[in-house]
Amino acid sequence: MAKAKTKTPKPEELAKIDYSPPEKHWTEVPVEFRPGTYCYGARPKYLEEVDMPNPREWQPYEDDWKLPENWKEIVLEGMEDRLNKYRTFRLFMDICVRCGACADKCHFFIGSGDPKNMPVLRAELVRSVYRKYFTTGGKLFGKKAGARELTMDVFKEWWYYFYQCTECRRCSVFCPYGIDTAEITIMGRELTNLLGCNTDWIAGPVANCYHKGNHLGLEPHTIQSNIEMMCDDIEEITGIRIEPTFNRKGAEILFVTPSGDLFGVPGVYTCMGYLMLFHELGLDYTWSTYASEGGNFGFFTSNEMARRLHYKIYAEAKRLGVKWILGGECGHMWRLIHQYLDTWWGPADFLEVPKSPITGTVFENAKSTKMVHVVEFTADLIRHGKLKLDPSRNDHLRVTFHDSCNTSRGMGFFEEPRYVIKNVCNHFYEMPENTIREKTFCCGSGSGLNASENMEIRMRGGFPRANAVRHVNQKYGVNMLANVCAIDRAALTTLMQYWVPDVEVCGVHELVGNALVMTGETERTMDLRLEELPGKEEEEEDV
Amino acid sequence: MEIKDLLQDRREVILKKWFDVLLQTYPEETSRFLRKEKDPFSNPVGSAITEGISGIYQSILDGVDIKEVSPFLDRIIRIRAVQDFTPSQALGFLFLLKGVIRDVLLKEISKRGLDEELHTIESRIDDIALIAFDIYMQCREKLYDLRATELRNMTYRLLERANLTKDLGNGQEGVSD
Repeated sequence: MAKAKTKTPKPEELAKIDYSPPEKHWTEVPVEFRPGTYCYGARPKYLEEVDMPNPREWQPYEDDWKLPENWKEIVLEGMEDRLNKYRTFRLFMDICVRCGACADKCHFFIGSGDPKNMPVLRAELVRSVYRKYFTTGGKLFGKKAGARELTMDVFKEWWYYFYQCTECRRCSVFCPYGIDTAEITIMGRELTNLLGCNTDWIAGPVANCYHKGNHLGLEPHTIQSNIEMMCDDIEEITGIRIEPTFNRKGAEILFVTPSGDLFGVPGVYTCMGYLMLFHELGLDYTWSTYASEGGNFGFFTSNEMARRLHYKIYAEAKRLGVKWILGGECGHMWRLIHQYLDTWWGPADFLEVPKSPITGTVFENAKSTKMVHVVEFTADLIRHGKLKLDPSRNDHLRVTFHDSCNTSRGMGFFEEPRYVIKNVCNHFYEMPENTIREKTFCCGSGSGLNASENMEIRMRGGFPRANAVRHVNQKYGVNMLANVCAIDRAALTTLMQYWVPDVEVCGVHELVGNALVMTGETERTMDLRLEELPGKEEEEEDV
Repeated sequence: MEIKDLLQDRREVILKKWFDVLLQTYPEETSRFLRKEKDPFSNPVGSAITEGISGIYQSILDGVDIKEVSPFLDRIIRIRAVQDFTPSQALGFLFLLKGVIRDVLLKEISKRGLDEELHTIESRIDDIALIAFDIYMQCREKLYDLRATELRNMTYRLLERANLTKDLGNGQEGVSD
């Protein structure tokens, strides 16, 4: 009888664990929906509100996504339709030579280490299907030509990665062909929406915006009373009572800001800054409780939905009879105004070219849209010496500035915020060159990814930004991260708490509000957060 | 010659090997990038790993001090706690060092009869792994804490209006610092 030939492994061999991932071609590894990496599926009530297809209860981690039987046909028809309609989409499908220049520029790839987050590969998820159904080479040679069938696994993979791209466009800065991978994500999301597969975090604000005018679905009296509460705080800080007007016909200017500024912390402090500035200037402006949202989550759903939601700002401007529109600190609102508005709705000819009533400056850059960024407006005021400022009130802050993706890459807005900050703060420090301006790193939560359930993904995606903040925190003692975007204000606050807990987040106009010397104000002992200003504590504290 | 001197002499070789095996826990395309890109802002993960393992290694040489080693562990673990790793995969990189040290130094250790000292070094790695568990858990707990805090902040004003967030210390007598 032959002896069984077994070899007892040595301890060293037993301890050897292979940590390397399985070696399979990327097209053959299906996605795994681990909690923390995805947003919840859109609830049917939100889809029904705006007539989106296939409303039903579903979750991405479930096997059955409850899609119509002909789902594949719908997606491929949708793809064909978009390839014919948008020349860029077809071009971006065809011209990539896979040089890899974009590969390591995505914050999600850098932070997650997942190769499918490389922009080139994320685009390849769609390109492979495009080749299979829309190119001769792909039809004939299949996998050898980089083509693959559209299967349920592939569709789920699309969904996973297209809701893991913030459409920040950093990759496009480095592409020698100028391919805008964000556009591919945008198309990918449109296709998922044809089957009713949006995230709840995006679909909810879309439905609320359509119905009530803002993301949270807040009604007019709630908006008004919240702004009045801010006025109470301002009175406590400055001794001055501000009485803003709402839906006032005949005002010169309509002011629109993201609703995050009305309710969220630290957005409300930015909003207090606006209120104080406009009061001090005696600006003839009004708030609207209908056009009560600068943000537009339709943009993260489909071009058509973005177009549909966007016009309310202009409809309200027309209804109230204002001359022009002033917009608050927001990110994607400005990208839409700057890059999409004229295509959607043509020049807003019923309004006048914006002219600052204080300095007389005509904002030629807003000649067509008639909408001016509040930071631009304030920079112009400072440039003309129209504001009395005491930057020492921000001396407890060492500030750095995060360029928001949409305002920097979407409209080249670099100098104005820095100019304002340097005039209202004495301590300003830049982050490293390859992390700011057009190369800025995203907060990791833009384009509707700022839900709470996908916290791991957000922390991964925001890591490159946080890493640069950590650097200025350690080198210069930076303790405040300023920005001009409502999603940034919310998302960076959380990001900092995980990666650089010493650093807080604020809008630029919070810093303006702190420094602004108002006519008839009492001596400031508190900043806009109602926190005592160092060295100016009230005497009773010494008892 | 003590094992500490050996570890000090061969520090660069061991750290490079440790870095290489650690990178093997990432997909090939990713490890290539993490190894190649030297700019700490373009490649923050690679840079954090380099900085982290160097500090941890020094701590193993000097004898483990929680205060000193924790920031270096934190540099790496805070990242791996949010990447696609199970807890054991996230922290497994520490145990890889044992294999690396044996690979590089085993012959010399046997020749000089330093087996006992090797045992001490390996025990230090185990001690560090225990501290690493704590840090990993703190990171995970922080993630859940952030989720809760975000929801609260999002509706801060609304809660305040409903008198649900009034600070007890506000204007109440008997509450002192």
